[in-house]
Amino acid sequence: MKLYCLSGHPTLPCNVLKFKSTTIMLDCGLDMTSTLNFLPLPLVQSPRLSNLPGWSLKDGNAFLDKELKECSGHVFVDSVPEFCLPETELIDLSTVDVILISNYHCMMALPYITEHTGFTGTVYATEPTVQIGRLLMEELVNFIERVPKAQSASLWKNKDIQRNSGCSMEDGWECRDGGRKTRLLPSPLKDAVEVSTWRRCYTMQEVNSALSKIQLVGYSQKIELFGAVQVTPLSSGYALGSSNWIIQSHYEKVSYVSGSSLLTTHPQPMDQASLKNSDVLVLTGLTQIPTANPDGMVGEFCSNLALTVRNGGNVLVPCYPSGVIYDLLECLYQYIDSAGLSNIPFYFISPVANSSLEFSQIFAEWLCHNKQTKVYLPEPPFPHAELIQTNKLRHYPSIHGDFSNDFRQPCVVFTGHPSLRFGDVVHFMELWGKSSLNTVIFTEPDFSYLEALAPYQPLAMKCIYCPIDTRLNFIQVSKLLKEVQPLHVVCPEQYTQPPPAQSHRMDLMIDCQPPAMSYRRAEVLALPFKRLFEKIEIMPELADSLVPMEIKPGISLATVSAVLHTKDNKHVLQPPPRPAPPTSGKKRKRASEDIPDCKVLKPLLSGSIPVEQFVQTLEKHGFSDVKVEDTAKGHIVLLQEAETLIQIEEDSTHIICDNDEMLRVRLRDLVLKFLQKF
Amino acid sequence: MQGTAKALPGAAHGPKVRARRESGLSIPTLWVTAAWRPRKERGSQPGTPGSEGGSGALSGKSFNSSRKGVPGGTGLGSRTQGGWGPGPGRVLLQVQAPGRGRGPRAGPAWEPGLRPLHPPALGSHARPLGYAQAPPRQIRLRSVPPPPARVYLPCRRRRSRRCWTRRPAPSHRPAARDWLSAVQSEGPERGRAFPAGAPEAGAPGCACAVRAAGLVPAELRSWAVVGQAWSVGSGSAAATGWGAACRMPEIRVTPLGAGQDVGRSCILVSIGGKNVMLDCGMHMGFNDDRRFPDFSYITRNGRLTDFLDCVIISHFHLDHCGALPYFSEMVGYDGPIYMTHPTQAICPILLEDYRKIAVDKKGEANFFTSQMIKDCMKKVVAVHLHQTVQVDDELEIKAYYAGHVLGAAMFQIKVGSESVVYTGDYNMTPDRHLGAAWIDKCRPNLLITESTYATTIRDSKRCRERDFLKKVHETVERGGKVLIPVFALGRAQELCILLETFWERVNLKAPIYFSTGLTEKANHYYKLFITWTNQKIRKTFVQRNMFEFKHIKAFDRAFADNPGPMVVFATPGMLHAGQSLQIFRKWAGNEKNMVIMPGYCVQGTVGHKILSGQRKLEMEGRQVLEVKMQVEYMSFSAHADAKGIMQLVGQAEPESVLLVHGEAKKMEFLKQKIEQEFRVNCYMPANGETVTLPTSPSIPVGISLGLLKREMAQGLLPSAKKPRLLHGTLIMKDSSFQLVSSEQALKELGLAEHQLRFTCRVHLHDSRKEQETAARVYSHLKSVLKDHCVQHLPDGSVTVESILIQAAAHSEDPGTKVLLVSWTYQDEELGSYLTSLLKKGLPQAPS
Repeated sequence: MKLYCLSGHPTLPCNVLKFKSTTIMLDCGLDMTSTLNFLPLPLVQSPRLSNLPGWSLKDGNAFLDKELKECSGHVFVDSVPEFCLPETELIDLSTVDVILISNYHCMMALPYITEHTGFTGTVYATEPTVQIGRLLMEELVNFIERVPKAQSASLWKNKDIQRNSGCSMEDGWECRDGGRKTRLLPSPLKDAVEVSTWRRCYTMQEVNSALSKIQLVGYSQKIELFGAVQVTPLSSGYALGSSNWIIQSHYEKVSYVSGSSLLTTHPQPMDQASLKNSDVLVLTGLTQIPTANPDGMVGEFCSNLALTVRNGGNVLVPCYPSGVIYDLLECLYQYIDSAGLSNIPFYFISPVANSSLEFSQIFAEWLCHNKQTKVYLPEPPFPHAELIQTNKLRHYPSIHGDFSNDFRQPCVVFTGHPSLRFGDVVHFMELWGKSSLNTVIFTEPDFSYLEALAPYQPLAMKCIYCPIDTRLNFIQVSKLLKEVQPLHVVCPEQYTQPPPAQSHRMDLMIDCQPPAMSYRRAEVLALPFKRLFEKIEIMPELADSLVPMEIKPGISLATVSAVLHTKDNKHVLQPPPRPAPPTSGKKRKRASEDIPDCKVLKPLLSGSIPVEQFVQTLEKHGFSDVKVEDTAKGHIVLLQEAETLIQIEEDSTHIICDNDEMLRVRLRDLVLKFLQKF
Repeated sequence: MQGTAKALPGAAHGPKVRARRESGLSIPTLWVTAAWRPRKERGSQPGTPGSEGGSGALSGKSFNSSRKGVPGGTGLGSRTQGGWGPGPGRVLLQVQAPGRGRGPRAGPAWEPGLRPLHPPALGSHARPLGYAQAPPRQIRLRSVPPPPARVYLPCRRRRSRRCWTRRPAPSHRPAARDWLSAVQSEGPERGRAFPAGAPEAGAPGCACAVRAAGLVPAELRSWAVVGQAWSVGSGSAAATGWGAACRMPEIRVTPLGAGQDVGRSCILVSIGGKNVMLDCGMHMGFNDDRRFPDFSYITRNGRLTDFLDCVIISHFHLDHCGALPYFSEMVGYDGPIYMTHPTQAICPILLEDYRKIAVDKKGEANFFTSQMIKDCMKKVVAVHLHQTVQVDDELEIKAYYAGHVLGAAMFQIKVGSESVVYTGDYNMTPDRHLGAAWIDKCRPNLLITESTYATTIRDSKRCRERDFLKKVHETVERGGKVLIPVFALGRAQELCILLETFWERVNLKAPIYFSTGLTEKANHYYKLFITWTNQKIRKTFVQRNMFEFKHIKAFDRAFADNPGPMVVFATPGMLHAGQSLQIFRKWAGNEKNMVIMPGYCVQGTVGHKILSGQRKLEMEGRQVLEVKMQVEYMSFSAHADAKGIMQLVGQAEPESVLLVHGEAKKMEFLKQKIEQEFRVNCYMPANGETVTLPTSPSIPVGISLGLLKREMAQGLLPSAKKPRLLHGTLIMKDSSFQLVSSEQALKELGLAEHQLRFTCRVHLHDSRKEQETAARVYSHLKSVLKDHCVQHLPDGSVTVESILIQAAAHSEDPGTKVLLVSWTYQDEELGSYLTSLLKKGLPQAPS
């Protein structure tokens, strides 16, 4: 039982579990923080961005100036943005049998895995996960494809450049030999992990092909994998259709907890009870902002938004097209009137804005209880339906088209992508960045807002950071662990120490007994449990023939001789076939002379023989001249007449006699009377 | 008492029962757990062993008296009492006295002929009470559905508590009496309701025979009689005796409604000791007490909650859920009720509608109230499709898509390895708004399927749709009005979609209306539960929600008098009241107009009358309405036809099939077809009849991986000629069952192996040296035992497998050598063979 860790990002995990005979990939997260190293993709030609100076080395060598641009002291790659893929070399991904997806954020690398590694298995995910995941992918592909970029930089990724610094390419080798392993590139490019694995975005065709491999599942549905393992998704409370997974056989249970929430937001609450009695609990996807309280952040979000709008400024909210935005809209719905914002237009701009808003209304079964009861009325579960109806919220596929006609300021714009590197948000940053009246409010916790803003510096607009991350925090984790009591906890290494920025906060780490096992990218963990038992079924006919005997109070034994049938990893014991009845006496005779062929296994024996009783029994059965001699270890019983000697010790008996089968069998039976058979 | 038993179903087996009773062996088979429950623990049942009370644990008398004996009536209702509590054993051990047939309960009858079971060596171990006294036994392992095991008690008692009991109706509930009389008067409808005095049952020995269990003729209503009637009739043991019944776990099914009938679906299923009620519907054809199932069948005055583990509702049609508030609030049931989300959403609306018609329009008293509907819905647990719902530790249910109406589901009910699938109503062909029913190859023990269209194979839906559109189109073209009476949910939406797309394609201008209220609301449900509709609608709903109709507008009463053509969908569907009837009266006189009935109409309704050709209708107030408008019938009901039913049976691969929700004659036809094609048993019980299916679930135990791997390493497939046997020891400790290798078993129990070794002296005439003798023995054995590993060791000894042979000189006779052949008990066969082989001497060596 091994865990292969393919991703270093704790909230966008990608692990492979080998369990019994199956290979199961847990999540397929795509680390998109790599895009922060790239220049934004503007929808409209931006003179500022295109005129950024090229970057050159300290010694003036400018061979990278085509690829690297400098903006306010930061260096960016001027190229189509690339994503950091999960490790593909650690394990042969074509051997993966199934992929289990826990939520729509954790499936973004799916096309890379299913389309380019020879993967032939099945992907399991819930319906909302698939539908919203599709929207996220569609949006991503759309954002990148609609702004074709001629340049695709690759030189900067060159290994030598990556490794060396302070000297030019030509003497790179020398530098390395000299042991000066400082890096050539400026921060943060030099610290970027695994640049060689970075890949450009997939196409819609690949997305469709990947999604066609998904099989829909419902919460608490038991899915058999090859008869060996059963997997079950459980509600995790984090997002629509988000799930934790239980991977179990009859005797072992692994829980995979990824992106769970105990807060009451729109999704169905987390199912904790089913996680109990796990042998191993893999814990990923905890909150990325452990110090922030989501409720407080929502309040801050609303008040900042109102403040800006009242002052005549515009508010920009970079966000994903699904998820927290539903909660934000719901808060605003309650807040608008009291804050006097009823005349302010809210715009939601995304190629999938309409789909996202529509889809959110049809997953009644995946919603929390309150929202379900609304559907039963029947009313739409989310109040944004009303916002749309009253024209307070409008959605557009992009800033082109209808939007430019309807556009009124001041306004609030929700749009993507939260990395600020592509999507309509780039346009609004360029448009509103120069005025201090405007505000950009960051709510998505996935990207560091300072890094996100770097290519837009200098910036006059206000920046508010209200990350809303409803995933488990460390207090909740320790409560959860106390509740479900797993034997072992496995988690990314980031969770076993306090965050680097707050190294004194010992409370911001997982604290459990035994200490959690940690993993990092490209590591293989041997999970600490040994399988001892397997389920087998005894056919009723066989069970009928078993004769148990009680060995100790409450413990009975029965010896079993049966035929083992194994099919589809299921084992069945059937009664042994009846020996064919001997056809004639002649043959039977011959049969006894046959070499014993099928080795009839005799049971093992246990117990000890009380000599006195044994002697009595012998005498009772007609052995008259029994003599007993004591030896160091036991006794020797002599039957002089039969020239037979029986050595009796604590745990062995040895019958030494002449070749007299009758006598031997008689003695054997007498001895066996005192012993138990196994 | 036994005399009266004859008059009861299954009484043909009376003598057997009597014989046992007379011998005082009240409960013939003793069930104990692996832990060997002491007798006194077992004795917690009512009555003393051997007494009538004990034997008839099922009898109403003992049942009742013991109830009375315990304050608060918790005596039998309580699960914690005595052996009722969840016990440790998952597997049952049945102890039998050989030669006695079914062993008696551990009572005095067990005493004679006792002898110690085990050698005295075992005597040092303390044995629980009752164990030492047990006669030589054969112990049977019995599977009771797995995890957290429970004790199977003396089976009769268990039944008495957990199974349907049929007792006479109490005087304070006339409903039951009426039901009873209805049953009797309706003889033909319920063909198998037996008349008094005529034993009716499957032939003895036919354990699966359908047995009429339920209906006790009125004149036999006395406690004792009824008690026995139950035990004989429904106990399934009648044919083969109690022992058989106990040994064989079984599934029992009793329809309270929908048995050889359409309407009032309500089916009781007993599986693995769990009782489940499937659907709880009302009958549209009755307005008296017969409209609801007779729940007193389950228990007369006990709490239903104690007798039912859960209730499952397949979909929101009133003939499947109409009795629910009555059942849960008026009769009283507090356990869980399972249904899908859309059903949970829509069901209360239809119930409220039904209540209004019954109470407000017809002025019925003693009907359930709105509050009762609400309270009832609070007991509902919503399930997802394919979700495995763990009702308790053993009972699990799973919903599959049925495609009959929005949210309709089929349910799999599973206890351990036994399972039943109930289809509810389903449709195997996708229609305009719903998908087709689907189930995986779950191989249930029993498939309970509807059979509304058991004999029909319908033409393709496309044809019917074309016909429908053609008729509507023609009428509209000639300026006529079309009335389509529908029920608010289901067909209405399908037909709306049909007309909407047609109007768009042909660009018709005539207005389409649907009657206000429910239908609009209904469309909204379809919009919100769009994940339950078919693939096409789901895929396109973002661009265009099929349930947002452009051409179809809300109807206003005044529109009916508008001139010009129009199409109106109006509720209700059978023209028995409400808006559809009003419009019908207005339009009936004009031959240009048309009414299209898209579904089944119950007898007595206007819909039924006009469909049967009546053209002059007597309306209230002695008015006579002449119907000149055209009347058309189109079957749009979404039930599977015969082909569909066969298809589903093929999909699920059940071990047997049971038909409900259909007419007896048609069922008979389908039953034969199923039996022919799938070679499985097919049943069609009438209401109140019980079908009993014995099952033989296997017993799950844990095998040590070492043992399994060792076995698997020797090759996977055992050949038929040379079966290879797996040998191991089954350790039964409390509730855990482990199969381990013998060595491991010894280790685990902390016992040392006792080695038993034999050494035989075989005298050989051979004057040569010992080494040469050994060499000769070696070559001889080598040539004889080709399949065995024969070795000549450097020290001069010869081994055959693990058997050691040494040659020694004879102390007295130099011409004789002594071969010492030594083997362990485990190699006895080979050892004894070798000695006999060597005894014959060695072949003369070629010198």
